Amino acid sequence: MSVLLEVNGLAKSFGGVQAVRDVSFSLGRSEMLAIIGPNGAGKSTCFNMVGGQIRPDRGTIVLDGQDIAGKAPRDIWRRGVGRTFQISATFMSMTVCENVQMALMSHHWRTRALLPLASRLYAEEAAAILDRIGLADRRSHMCGVLAYGDLKRVELAVAIAHRPKLLLMDEPTAGMSPSEREALMQLTADIVRQEEMAVLFTEHDMDVVFAHSARIVVMNRGAVVTVGTPAEVRENAEVKHIYLGGTLEAAH
Amino acid sequence: MDLSFFVNQALTGLASASSLFLVASGLTLIFGVSRIVNFAHGSMFMLGAYAAATVYGPIVSALGPAIGPWLAMLAAAVAVGLIGVVVEVLLLRRLYHAPHMLQILATFGIVLIVQDAVVLIWGYDQIVGPRIPGLRGAVTIFGQRFPQYELFMLFIGPVVFAGLWLLLHRTRWGTLVRAATRDREMADILGVDQAKLFTTVFFLGAALAGLAGGLQWPREPANIYLDTRVILEAFVVTVIGGLGSIGGALLASIIIGLLQAFGILLFPKSTLVLVFAVMAVVLMVRPWGLLGRPEPQAVSDLAETKTAPPAHRYAAHAFAVALAILLVLPLFAPDYVVKLATQAIIFALVAFSLNFIVATGGILSFGHAAFFGLGAYAAAIAVKSHGASTGLALLAAPVLAGLVALGVGWFIVRRTGIYLAMLTLAFAQILWSVAFQWVEFTGGDNGIVGVYMPGWASQTGAYYYLTLAFCGIAVALIWRIMFAPFGYTLRAGRDSALRCDAIGIDVRRHQVLAFALAGSAAGVAGGFFTFLKGGVDPSLLSMDISADALIMSLLGGVQTVVGPLVGGAAFTFLKAYIMPVTDQWRLVLGIVIIVLVLAFPRGIVGFINARSGWFGGAKSEAPVASTGEKLA
Repeated sequence: MSVLLEVNGLAKSFGGVQAVRDVSFSLGRSEMLAIIGPNGAGKSTCFNMVGGQIRPDRGTIVLDGQDIAGKAPRDIWRRGVGRTFQISATFMSMTVCENVQMALMSHHWRTRALLPLASRLYAEEAAAILDRIGLADRRSHMCGVLAYGDLKRVELAVAIAHRPKLLLMDEPTAGMSPSEREALMQLTADIVRQEEMAVLFTEHDMDVVFAHSARIVVMNRGAVVTVGTPAEVRENAEVKHIYLGGTLEAAH
Repeated sequence: MDLSFFVNQALTGLASASSLFLVASGLTLIFGVSRIVNFAHGSMFMLGAYAAATVYGPIVSALGPAIGPWLAMLAAAVAVGLIGVVVEVLLLRRLYHAPHMLQILATFGIVLIVQDAVVLIWGYDQIVGPRIPGLRGAVTIFGQRFPQYELFMLFIGPVVFAGLWLLLHRTRWGTLVRAATRDREMADILGVDQAKLFTTVFFLGAALAGLAGGLQWPREPANIYLDTRVILEAFVVTVIGGLGSIGGALLASIIIGLLQAFGILLFPKSTLVLVFAVMAVVLMVRPWGLLGRPEPQAVSDLAETKTAPPAHRYAAHAFAVALAILLVLPLFAPDYVVKLATQAIIFALVAFSLNFIVATGGILSFGHAAFFGLGAYAAAIAVKSHGASTGLALLAAPVLAGLVALGVGWFIVRRTGIYLAMLTLAFAQILWSVAFQWVEFTGGDNGIVGVYMPGWASQTGAYYYLTLAFCGIAVALIWRIMFAPFGYTLRAGRDSALRCDAIGIDVRRHQVLAFALAGSAAGVAGGFFTFLKGGVDPSLLSMDISADALIMSLLGGVQTVVGPLVGGAAFTFLKAYIMPVTDQWRLVLGIVIIVLVLAFPRGIVGFINARSGWFGGAKSEAPVASTGEKLA
């Protein structure tokens, strides 16, 4: 499996706090890789550095041979990286379909067009994507009135609209019921297989992580503890200590 | 410049800085806890001066010249503080969760009401202040005589600053104020009684403005222009210092006081330009002012715009009827009405273009008059100074306004929320003062007169059709653009800048273009206004025009597409028919604004639409709640 994303020596501090220090991992094409770790481990910081929302202090993030570290989110998106947010960021005054159409208009460099009717542009493409995500019956709903689980799906639809090579998902199933979780992750896995898309995700729900990731990066206190398959991570003593020890300490 | 002169000038500047600090500290306190940009704060200053003028005589004759004057000043401050409480309890308390635009307009309504109230109570004539017993003389500093009262003023600022510091850092109340300033939601959760806190803060803030007004009275006669001048200076000071920061207000007061004292020597005609230029530079380098804290991400300020074009058949009918009336109006209406209708069309375009950037683009502009006025001046100057044809003049208007808007837009979109609104206001005020002070080029106060259309187009009816055609085209274009990808992209940027950035959209770049487009459309309106009125004067660039344009949007319905058009026309006719029957137009307008803000925030079209759904779109009432964009 060839390498799509290579993260090397990534570091970031906020004020005096080293949120992330010397993090390295790689991600193959069509691979689903999870980053896990207790609160404050630096998962989200790492994640947002790959997405461009946070600028790293040091390190490289090589996507398909090009270093994208420190580039603006919109440049990173143009290089084929789509993402979802933990707290969904959608256009609340638009319909579900229009949200997807926005991503397509941007992809085709049409956002400055002054005369065509936006609601007709890429409507079929958007509808096809929504069909696939299972939101066909919600396409004309305003995002502002959608249920939480549906908003998460809209996020996903928008994130895959330009057929990215890499999909970043920040806590994709947070706040969902177990059945919704399973459905969303199964859907994601299907899309990944068909589109040959790689996925990097952070997640708190361990069932989701162990069921759906090919490999797992475990972080603690800003550094990588171990990288391995779910089976390897399950058996790792240090990981056990972090999670179980952490729980015991918290109980005291 | 010798040393003694230099020192004297510096002391004068510092005395003014003291007075400025008193006003600005109140403004910044109020902003800190309530997040309301209080335009009425200048009115409190003015009321302070008039209140002092009223109580001074009786109190001094009762208590004697030793303590009388000071008690009179204090009484004025307390009286104004109580007025502030009334304003807070009756009006602003209801608006803490409303969009900035409604808050600003509501406080602007107070400004208008106070202006007319002052005229009704004290008349138009200024009231000259007394020379305070004991401080009538002058001291000699480096051989130059310096008035004792100025020296006294010089100390008042630091004394008040020290008092405020103690109050904020050594009392429980002060701790609550600081907590609420830092994080209003957190203070709320921790059980701070907000209503009581806000009321007391408004009392203190207004009382400080009132005290400043009272103390100013011996230096400057009480007059009806004090409010506007002071509020602009106070805004500049609070913005430079950082909204919500008392220390910042002190620092910025000193900077502005000295700048005015020395600037007047360097550029006698352009101190205002200098002051606003300094503010612009400071905001470029320090986006939240010298000592301000970053505001939390400004989330979409306005509720959703209705996106569907008029879909219902009634709407289409209403539209056809309106167009038919517009087309045949000159055939039966008297000349006066046709002229008024021409003006209504022009202002409909101004309001429509403003609402395009405010509601669709999420850019709250308080300086749209800049581009309207620029268009008007461009046309007038082209004809008068360069002998341009009227066609060329009407073309020059949108071109110049658009180009300047492009430059201004590039600058302002780097800021968000209320800082952005203050910058737009600053730019408009710079242009206004240029128009005032650059007499050779703009005609100064008198403006430029005698600019009329030649030949057939000078007829009232013909000019009406000409205006209708060109302003109509501009409206139609913007309307179309709202539903084109560009308009959608603007809304996307307004809804979630975070998401836009994550789908490759450069929000600012689109906002700059939208700003230029709207500026250019306002320029079209300005050009036509010049030939309608036969000339221009600086009032076209004034804050009043900017406010009028916002009020028109509000009146018609901010969240609707046709609202600003209806509002622009309705406002123009209302004003024309109400003004002749009352001297208190401002009072009427102020009350109208407050009623609109409190009772009909959706405006005429929004109101009809909510009842009937005629104008399409979802009938959803709920504004888009703050989505609380965060990166987790």
